[in-house]
Amino acid sequence: MKPVRAFAVFWWDFVVGDDWHLAVAVVAGLALCALLAQARVAAWWATPALVLAGLWVSAHRVAAEARARRRGGGAGG
Amino acid sequence: MTAGVVALVAAVFLACCVEMVEATTIVLAIGLTRGWRSGLIGVGVALCVLAVIVAALGPALSLVPISALRLVVGALLLVFGLGWLRSAILRAAGLKSRHDEEKAFRDQRSEAAAVSLAPRAFDAYGFTVCFKGVLLEGLEVAFIVVTFGANQGRILDAALAAAAAVVVVLAAALLVRAPLAKVPENTMKFAVGALLTSFGMFWGTEGAGAAWPGGDAALLVIIPAVLAVALAMVGWLRQVAGRPPAMAQPGAVTAGGA
Repeated sequence: MKPVRAFAVFWWDFVVGDDWHLAVAVVAGLALCALLAQARVAAWWATPALVLAGLWVSAHRVAAEARARRRGGGAGG
Repeated sequence: MTAGVVALVAAVFLACCVEMVEATTIVLAIGLTRGWRSGLIGVGVALCVLAVIVAALGPALSLVPISALRLVVGALLLVFGLGWLRSAILRAAGLKSRHDEEKAFRDQRSEAAAVSLAPRAFDAYGFTVCFKGVLLEGLEVAFIVVTFGANQGRILDAALAAAAAVVVVLAAALLVRAPLAKVPENTMKFAVGALLTSFGMFWGTEGAGAAWPGGDAALLVIIPAVLAVALAMVGWLRQVAGRPPAMAQPGAVTAGGA
């Protein structure tokens, strides 16, 4: 099973990268866009909105972790 | 040449430059430490594999219906682009250490020097490191070339842009015979991330069945808008994290995994 697992891990890392939340935001954005388009409602805003929100959340988590580490550790960066 | 084609060529060229700089650092470190023969064979084999991937995937993608192609390609470009953009934003905000080619070169050289080398034998270590380095750095570029090219019916333009980047970076590496530390790699990653994200949004949305106001001209709004949002995030993150911009130097404290 090791080569299969290594193959799967490689493609997961290659496609999904550092933060899986971004991939979820992409899928959610495109899915909402497709649903709205099927309902014949203006849908072009859905992908940018969810994707940029996902980017904001992802970056904010890193900033919050850095801030918490500085406060908790005392020494800081 | 339309704005879309210019953006396509720019995205492929910049992405290829960034990956070529990283691959060149690996090959230089191996070549200068363990000799060039086996490493260059590894480079050649990796380039052949990448050429086969582009040659096989390009025509295959042209058989896929355009809406399905745009949905899948849009999603892939979005995931790649957001990954690049996220890293670039965190680096610019001082929350992640900048990529430092000189440090990467030193690390690679000391690793290579630690592995024993049989005199005049084929150097499997040098071959493997160079093959993997070039293949992994090149795989993302190959995907970008194939997906951009197939979507706009301009695989040749995309391939030429990638080839131009290879020539430019190789020429620079031959001239300086040292890691290309002065290349503004992080700025280029920021631009590539914004371009990939913008094209991903554009094609993904069209593939999902929606129409952009203004059609193709919407790209002229999407690209600057994504750049503006990304730059705003950098400023905001600097305030939230409470770090001065001076922290965004090589060797700064890392966060977020990398």
